[in-house]
Amino acid sequence: MRRTKRGVSPVIVVPALVGLAFLVLPLVALVVRAPWGSIVQIVMKHEVLTSLLLSLGTASLATAICLVLGVPLAVLLARSAHWHVVPRRLLRALITVPLVLPPVVGGVALLLLLGRRGIIGQWLYAWFQITIPFTPAAVILAQVFVAMPFLVLAVEGALRTSDRRFELAAATLGASRWHVFRRVTLPLVGPGVSAGALLCFTRSLGEFGATITFAGSFPGTTQTLPVTTYLELQRDPDAAIALSLLLLAVAVVVLVGLRDRWLPGVTGS
Amino acid sequence: MVAAAVVVAALALAGCSAQSAPSPTATAAPVTLTVYAAASLTDSFADIAKEFEKQYPSVKITYNFGGSSALAAQLVAASPGDVFAAASATTMKTVTDASLVTGAPQIFVTNSLELVVPKGNPANVTGLGDLANPDLSIALCAAAVPCGAAALRLLAQEGVTAAPDTLEQDVKAVLAKVELGEVDAALVYRTDVTAAGDKVEGIDVPGADRVVNRYPIAVLKSAPNQTTARAFVDFVLGTTGQAILTKAGFGAPN
Amino acid sequence: MTTGELDVDFRLVRPGFDLTVGFAVGPGRVLALLGPNGAGKSTTLSCIVGATEFVGHVRVGERQLDGLSIDERRVGMVFQEYLLFPHLTVEQNIAFGPRARGGRKSEARVTVAALLERFGVSDLRHRRPAQISGGQAQRVALARALAVDPDVLLLDEPLAALDAEVREEVRADLALHLRAFAGPTVLVTHSIADVRALASDVIVLEHGSVSYRGTVAGLVNADATPYLRQLARGESL
Repeated sequence: MRRTKRGVSPVIVVPALVGLAFLVLPLVALVVRAPWGSIVQIVMKHEVLTSLLLSLGTASLATAICLVLGVPLAVLLARSAHWHVVPRRLLRALITVPLVLPPVVGGVALLLLLGRRGIIGQWLYAWFQITIPFTPAAVILAQVFVAMPFLVLAVEGALRTSDRRFELAAATLGASRWHVFRRVTLPLVGPGVSAGALLCFTRSLGEFGATITFAGSFPGTTQTLPVTTYLELQRDPDAAIALSLLLLAVAVVVLVGLRDRWLPGVTGS
Repeated sequence: MVAAAVVVAALALAGCSAQSAPSPTATAAPVTLTVYAAASLTDSFADIAKEFEKQYPSVKITYNFGGSSALAAQLVAASPGDVFAAASATTMKTVTDASLVTGAPQIFVTNSLELVVPKGNPANVTGLGDLANPDLSIALCAAAVPCGAAALRLLAQEGVTAAPDTLEQDVKAVLAKVELGEVDAALVYRTDVTAAGDKVEGIDVPGADRVVNRYPIAVLKSAPNQTTARAFVDFVLGTTGQAILTKAGFGAPN
Repeated sequence: MTTGELDVDFRLVRPGFDLTVGFAVGPGRVLALLGPNGAGKSTTLSCIVGATEFVGHVRVGERQLDGLSIDERRVGMVFQEYLLFPHLTVEQNIAFGPRARGGRKSEARVTVAALLERFGVSDLRHRRPAQISGGQAQRVALARALAVDPDVLLLDEPLAALDAEVREEVRADLALHLRAFAGPTVLVTHSIADVRALASDVIVLEHGSVSYRGTVAGLVNADATPYLRQLARGESL
């Protein structure tokens, strides 16, 4: 009698709203404290535009690499459901580790592998005179390292909830395995792939720790927008707030684009 | 034995000051002193705390180490503390401008830059001029942070146009790149070279002593126990504190 | 297409499940596979189509199917929920097989146009599966399966997903199309009405083995098991 409609209990609503407030209020503070009067000048500064362009460019390339490598990895992970429990869990753990690792640690690990004295890097340097740190390639590698798990897990989620009998139906029509994958499996998980790619892109855009550790920071080459923001914080906090807003705006635009209908199986809608 | 002599001397000094102010040792209740200190002071201030607590057994020192700008921002945002030891006059000014300091800040050490190369000096770097070589991999601090500003002044003073490959967000990041051998040479503080031990090699730069960072220290108004806070500042400025800081590679205040 | 008899003879053992099936269906004949739930009807289709491993053989005429992959078998299948590709239009669904087999585009277009016409779904060619009725989906699914000119046709409960009102009409329609198919057909169903309208021969599977084998007419006299006696009384299960 007290509740005629099927509502959500206050036991759920109250902590949920507190949780939401905790996520949103810091961003509100950022917006409130923003130097709105000078924001355009700050954002239009040459060095800011340079790092914004570098960020957009590297994040796009990183997303492309994540798609090429991450989608097959997602397929492997989804099919590992039939494996023995140990290798199956190990594979999932290995893919998830970069998500929980402090990005700085990821940066150090990349240096130890691909740096000038790294396990692989020393040979690249000795044989081809190639050094990866301090180049835009290093920025992209750092972004791929931290962002790929987002793509893999999103695509894998979509694959696991998609009906595999469509693949069987396609095979009975004479489609080869590759044709089935390209024309049936991929389109069916298309929403998961788009969602994963968007998450991957925004994560790459916000990448800081691994980038500054592995790629360093040099204007126009490796200094991405988050790095510029951090450096501005030391000199001019107002500018740092303005740049944070710029990053926030880009992220919001991308994530709002990630509508529910693109995410069946991920949002559960 | 030297350390023992230093302690004896410091005790004597403390004995003198006890005449002008009531000694904190006299109060039985334990006092905790929160000191905000620049990250470059981490090792030497830990040693200073040990000696200070020996002399004032009722006092417990806790440190908040971090980048000076970040610490200043925390203090301005009303974080409670007793003493602030900054790595630059600018960051101290942020705090004094907010009227958070008792009396005038005092310079307690200086720090100057030194050329640093990986162990074995693989690129055969000899002096500041090598920083202009585009074939070498060079790291400097970003201009926005104190060590970067100092590097720019030194390079300008010596007429060297550096060709850096990366401008790092703090001096420890620069040092890490040298230790890992990712760069051939970098400019860091003398204290950082000392702290890194034999993982890196330092090369003195003529003229570096004319580009110095002065570290100011001050008692904060928010300190509940002004006397004890003052005693800590005096201890840093005193013989024991200075001996520890000199050993870490810092220069004398003047 | 190679017309020939479908010859199935295999055994499949799983924990708690032991299925032994053997039957032959001539070209142009429709064999109904009846039986209670869990008797192994769908599993039998799965074995013929190539999605389940077994011990034994499946042949169409002289052609050995076991050992071939699913896409090489030329076995057409209409699934219970039709499984039309949701991201493709009706026309693209029917064209899927001919395209996948790498046939000429112009030939595929002719085939697809003819099937759209024959199944009366030309007007729906640009609709997606979500935008058509169950009866229409059933016809599209059959057209899609026939588009690759299969040697054998398998139907898994082709009318079960439909509302009772349209079932009669779709069933009559399906009977016409099955009569036009030259190869052997296997129909899995629960419904005695389906059997009477669509099939020429019947096999009843119970507990993993064949309990009746014969004509539809002969079912009236079958009395070896309780299930068969129910069927003989004309009850749909």
